[in-house]
Amino acid sequence: MEIQKRKEPSTLMTFLSPVMAIVLTLIFGSILFLALDKSPLQALHVLLIQPLSDAYNISEMLVKMGPLLLCAVGLSLCYRANLWNIGAEGQLLAGALGGSAMALALIEFDSPLALVATLVAGILSGMVWAAIPTFLRLRFNSNLILTTIMFNYIALYLLVWAVHGPLRDPDGFGFPESALFSDATTLPVLADFGRVHLGVLFAFLAAIGAWIVLSKTHLGFQIRVLGADEPAARYAGFNSRRISWFVMLVAGGLAGLAGVAEVAGPIGQLTPVVSPGYGYSAIIVAYLGRLHPMGAIIAAIFLAVLYMGGDLAQIEMGIPIAVVGMFQGTLLFFLLACDFLINHRITFTKSSFKG
Amino acid sequence: MDIELLTQILFAAIKTGTPLLLVALGEVICEKSGILNLGQEGMMLMGAVVGFMAVVATGSLGMGILGAVLIGSLMSLLFGFLVIHIGANQVATGLALTIFGTGLSAFIGSGVVGQTIQGFKQLPIPYLVDIPVIGPALFNHDILVYSAVLACFILAWIVNKTRIGLTLKAVGENPHAANAIGIKVLRVRYLAVMFGGAMAGLGGAYMSLVYTPMWVENITAGRGWIALALVVFASWRIGNIALGAYLFGMASILHLVLQGLGWSISPNLLAMLPYVATVVVMVIISADHFKEKLLAPRSLGKPFDPRQMA
Repeated sequence: MEIQKRKEPSTLMTFLSPVMAIVLTLIFGSILFLALDKSPLQALHVLLIQPLSDAYNISEMLVKMGPLLLCAVGLSLCYRANLWNIGAEGQLLAGALGGSAMALALIEFDSPLALVATLVAGILSGMVWAAIPTFLRLRFNSNLILTTIMFNYIALYLLVWAVHGPLRDPDGFGFPESALFSDATTLPVLADFGRVHLGVLFAFLAAIGAWIVLSKTHLGFQIRVLGADEPAARYAGFNSRRISWFVMLVAGGLAGLAGVAEVAGPIGQLTPVVSPGYGYSAIIVAYLGRLHPMGAIIAAIFLAVLYMGGDLAQIEMGIPIAVVGMFQGTLLFFLLACDFLINHRITFTKSSFKG
Repeated sequence: MDIELLTQILFAAIKTGTPLLLVALGEVICEKSGILNLGQEGMMLMGAVVGFMAVVATGSLGMGILGAVLIGSLMSLLFGFLVIHIGANQVATGLALTIFGTGLSAFIGSGVVGQTIQGFKQLPIPYLVDIPVIGPALFNHDILVYSAVLACFILAWIVNKTRIGLTLKAVGENPHAANAIGIKVLRVRYLAVMFGGAMAGLGGAYMSLVYTPMWVENITAGRGWIALALVVFASWRIGNIALGAYLFGMASILHLVLQGLGWSISPNLLAMLPYVATVVVMVIISADHFKEKLLAPRSLGKPFDPRQMA
């Protein structure tokens, strides 16, 4: 067996690698289920097929896909520009918090404008939460990975504080929950068979918008050049600070939208737990989707199916819900390993068999 | 503030700083060889859960430590294979290791949530513990706290005074030159990465066997990341790491201090402090870009392929 470096990255492998990674993850998962004395076939059926089995399940899957896709689209832009934004989770929580504050302030205000104000507040909060690490990075050269991660924890505690303090429902018997949002500040549901709401539509629109920006505009061209070859971008006179600001603010805004769409959508109020880690899972979605907004749609659906399947597997087979996170982590690992084949070729020569 | 409280605060700061210290010591050795492993949080979590499960199964704390160290090095071997052998992106692979460890630890640990074990006992050092104020604060800890301090001295000696340290630094500063004089660069990096993994596993075990002692999902709460920041904060110097770890320990238990001063602030707001402190420290340290560049191992984050000489 011999390993050679390819002269050009393989396009075929770029698309085949995620498929191989998924297959390897499923094999790994099956072995794990066997070890737990659960039937792997049944488990995989519950995890992957059942979430798509009827209209209600599909709509629930789409509800989970929305925030994953919104966050992943923004992250794809950041990673394209070589900015390691790990802060989607914090930006999502900031959006949920800012949006909730607005929705609760407008609880008596019965107008479609109330919903617009709520969404805008969520988006702006997410942008602010992305802007601080961006500023620290550009002004003080601080490590973006570490600051965005720290801001995830800070957002989490800020939200928990708010829901125990200023935003707690005064008539809620002391439970750490806000009052229920008014109908005017709740996202309309799109279909009568489930909870699919306007936020899911926003997610698809965001993906399409990002795709257009990335592939059809000069700004998108600059983002791609900056990520692929920074010296070249500098030589071409691209303003890397402006590009950084753009992708980070878009990512923050989209994650903020994801957050506010959760509280103003399926949850309907601010609770201590807004996200099961959508912002972290979105990193996997972005990679699995090859940092392409359209790829992110497919990848987000896959991960949403897994989330949904995890719920079902816990109810029906007593498999701990943490199986979802385990699958996600394994998937990303296999993906990175398979990506080796994009730039390398493995050939089996006769001599290697002689041994 | 009374003296009793001062003793308590010092005691708690050292206890809280110890897991950070263990993990950061492992990471600094790893980074000195030129490899940046962002998987500390994942390896810590795996160390915490495997260590805890080993104690539940065998009743022996030694087995718990052994299990944690083994799983930590095993995880880092996985990381090492991808970044050292295959030349995968260190940042992405490290992140993957953290996400993988977070998910896998929650999964395998779901059976032992809520179980309790007998954690490590305090081992007062005779005579020293009787010193007023600082005696009970510094010399009444468990064996791991003392070991962490001892590890600082041993590692500082190895890195600064021995041939092993020289080899390690040569690999991290200039792998091509190291390779040219016959140092096995990849082997040194594998060993450094595995040491980092073992220490991260140990740091995780400290959380589940001493600090709480129990297992819950995400028990480390970002400590792996704080340890990474600590290495930068310490300018890759082992003495500074110890100082930084205990300072961060202090920041994490500031609610005790404020309580002592009679302030009442929401515990949820105070819980942010270590993370805010990390950001502030990162900003102060990295603002001097030139200094950071000068102090960081030169080849940090860059893959090395001995087959392609530059």
